Amino acid sequence: MHSNDFDAEQRAERRAAPKPARTPSGGRTMLASDGGSVSRRKFITSGASTAGGLMIGLHLPGLSQAATAAQPQTAAPEVNAWVLIQPDDTVVVRIARSEMGQGTLTGLAQLVAEELDCDWAKVTTEYPTPGQNLARNRIWGNFSTGGSRGIRESHDYVRKGGAAAKLMLVQAAADEWKVPAADCKAAHSVITHPASGKRTTYGKVAAAAAKLTPPTDIKLKDPKDWKLAGRPVKRLDTRDKLNGKQVYGMDLKLPGLLNAAIRDCPVFGGKLKSFDAAAVSGKPGVKKVLRVGDSAVAVVADTWWHAKTALDALPVVWDEGAHAKASSAEFAATLRAALDAPEAAAANTVGDVKSALASAARKVEAVYSYPHQNHACMETMNATAKFTASATPAQQRCEVWCPTQNGEAALAAAAEASGLPPSQCEVYKIHLGGGFGRRGLPDYVRQAVDIAKQMPGIPVKLIWSREEDMLHGRYHPVTQCKLQAGLDSQGKLTALHLRLAGQSIVAGLAPQNIKNGLDPVAFQGLNAGGPEAAIGYTIPNLLVDHAMRNPHVPPGFWRGVNLNHNAIYLECFMDELAHATGQDPLVFRRQLMQAHPRHLAVLNAVAERAGWSRPAPDVGGQKVFRGLAQTMGFGSYVAACAEVSVDTKGELKIHRIVAATDSGHAVNPQQIEAQVEGSFAYGLSAALYGECTVKDGRIEQQNFDTYPVLKMADMPKVETIVMPSGGFWGGVGEPTIAVAAPAVLNAIFAATGKRIRQLPLKDQLRAKA
Amino acid sequence: MPTLNVNGSARTHDAEADTPLLWVLREQLGLTGTKYGCGIAQCGSCTVHINGEPVRSCVRPVSSIEPGDKIITIEGLSADGASHPLQRAWAQIDVPQCGFCQSGMLMTAAALLKNKPKPTDADIDEQVTNICRCGTYNRVRAAIHIAAKG
Repeated sequence: MHSNDFDAEQRAERRAAPKPARTPSGGRTMLASDGGSVSRRKFITSGASTAGGLMIGLHLPGLSQAATAAQPQTAAPEVNAWVLIQPDDTVVVRIARSEMGQGTLTGLAQLVAEELDCDWAKVTTEYPTPGQNLARNRIWGNFSTGGSRGIRESHDYVRKGGAAAKLMLVQAAADEWKVPAADCKAAHSVITHPASGKRTTYGKVAAAAAKLTPPTDIKLKDPKDWKLAGRPVKRLDTRDKLNGKQVYGMDLKLPGLLNAAIRDCPVFGGKLKSFDAAAVSGKPGVKKVLRVGDSAVAVVADTWWHAKTALDALPVVWDEGAHAKASSAEFAATLRAALDAPEAAAANTVGDVKSALASAARKVEAVYSYPHQNHACMETMNATAKFTASATPAQQRCEVWCPTQNGEAALAAAAEASGLPPSQCEVYKIHLGGGFGRRGLPDYVRQAVDIAKQMPGIPVKLIWSREEDMLHGRYHPVTQCKLQAGLDSQGKLTALHLRLAGQSIVAGLAPQNIKNGLDPVAFQGLNAGGPEAAIGYTIPNLLVDHAMRNPHVPPGFWRGVNLNHNAIYLECFMDELAHATGQDPLVFRRQLMQAHPRHLAVLNAVAERAGWSRPAPDVGGQKVFRGLAQTMGFGSYVAACAEVSVDTKGELKIHRIVAATDSGHAVNPQQIEAQVEGSFAYGLSAALYGECTVKDGRIEQQNFDTYPVLKMADMPKVETIVMPSGGFWGGVGEPTIAVAAPAVLNAIFAATGKRIRQLPLKDQLRAKA
Repeated sequence: MPTLNVNGSARTHDAEADTPLLWVLREQLGLTGTKYGCGIAQCGSCTVHINGEPVRSCVRPVSSIEPGDKIITIEGLSADGASHPLQRAWAQIDVPQCGFCQSGMLMTAAALLKNKPKPTDADIDEQVTNICRCGTYNRVRAAIHIAAKG
């Protein structure tokens, strides 16, 4: 059995969203950084102007700097919470979810604009703030951006926002013309009354429309009638990423800004014992050396380079705590034992696996493992905070500027760390330099606020070094899996026991959601059914269970989450069973997939496109071999066929991966292609190289020299088949990540006869000297 | 005060001699388009040109740069911030996702095209070793070829 200190260390990173305040109006004011107050609209729309005061640089795609700066102080009419229209017909679509590269901002704007029937060339976007959402009774719904939910969980209400705004604009024009609204038409931001020839634009009637009572009977278009949604339109946020103008959290400039570098105890759960501030206080630019929480120390300086240089020289003594000797080897032994533990939480049970295995004509067994991974976003964690003190408690303020996947969680963290009610805090979301799940957790926000509170009135930007980022991630969980199959004399699969052992993300982040030892998301891709992540095989006797074992390394949602290892385990083992019984891996799968037509359709699509029935052509004199994988996750059905060669030295080349994805509806096919390619780069980084190992309680890999990731030379060609079958909404940011690795591993087996069961691949194919 | 020639202008700064060029650009000169990603010349997010050659500015001490050395950052890649053939190609096929690494990608690709106007895939593999965690590599490659065709 596992030791006590290996038990769930229940880190509740995610706090409940703050309760809405009673302030009913959207007209709240907020403190500008110079202490004056500006209206919310002015703040949002003029944020990009850099004249003196606020230099927030909130990005407004499609608007020129000049147009932005010239935005009048009077608010553009808010037709409703989602749509603002300026007199020049510029349409501002509010986006509650965060853009971190995945294209959600453009996709959501397409959906709103589709229903609004506005001129797409005049569409721009803005983020409402979490504080406004709180004050307006969560009118924009959930801000959380993870689980590939950006579009699939908000499409309905954002489309209704667009449709309602259109109805109101048409009604306003009809009222002005004293004609029935039903006799008017609207398209491309122009409203016409064909009978009289009257014509106006959205911008001209927006102010009148904003005063109307919102309609309640809203009909959405049938997706087959879409003209803008479903099309591969260009992203709205590209231009400034090509010339250095895009402002990321790390780039934020504010008057009087200071910079902080931080070091948290390298052993998770350890504490800061002491530090010698005097040793560095005379170094250039240093303003303050301070304790952050009970485990970290920060140096605040005029520049970050000064802060970091001083921090590197700061003598620090840690209390490394109970986990000072923990190691990956210890975790592995604990997980290995759990593979045979009598107690486990069962999630998918069909028939009687135990007796079916006992009576099977043939048994096949294998054990796989998957290591901890760091998200390694290109932009390291950072947040800027300012605490405004006041003798009047109600006038104290805490403001945070940060890249976050969950603005509301960041607001809750700001409130908690500042000790102020959420209504006295605000979070301004800044464009993210990558997220991948890491920026859903607000640990870095809490640190920034803790620092700012110790220096009232001064905005302080906390930036983590890459080393800090590698040592204080929220890691992809470590797991192992034992698979036992029973086959009849014809090679038909009669029984499968898939035992997962290892870490639970939910136990680490939201332990209240663990019931009877069962982590509801541990079984992604292996569930009995449901719209989210169902297994695609019919197996007469099936048991999928999980023996939870939680090391002290904090887990997090890492792009693809549990689907990453679950798909490797199941899809590589299916390949093993096909080869063990002398069957074609495609034919073997198809026999088990007849009751799962959507799973089967994507698998068939990649097999056909790749040319599965014929041998792959040689590349550069090397024989090329194929491997397959399919799964369902985040509401979508996905499959991949990989083509690889392995030379005599064991050098792997991944030539091509054909991918298929059925996300039900496809809002922007070219962005789906980008997500599929990107997910492969991320998934293959993990499969080929990625591994965070623990020694002496701390992560060993501190930078990209020891945590290599996929680069250009190793990126395969990707052919993406986008095949929306309609009738449901699936995500696209994550699902395909899970099929890249098993398809490649199965192709490696086809090429070499070597079955890779321990991830990452690293040098397992290299010829031993 | 030491002087640097950045994007065609003489700029002064008061950073210590061992300060990496990256942090002088970002914190002294306000040119935040050049990014910090690793600090050890692994990821390429900090790539700028010095006299036309790509340099990872996170490990280049500012004192090693002469006042006459011509530094070009992403902000100076083209006069209008959009018209370099690579910027046009990047926009044409929507290369960036989060975009954080793209300044370095563009500067690396621009140096490549200067030396090899018609690069092969092998040239790109060899020269563009920047890290992109969003995985834009295939579109980066395609956009370099588009720009090379002119």
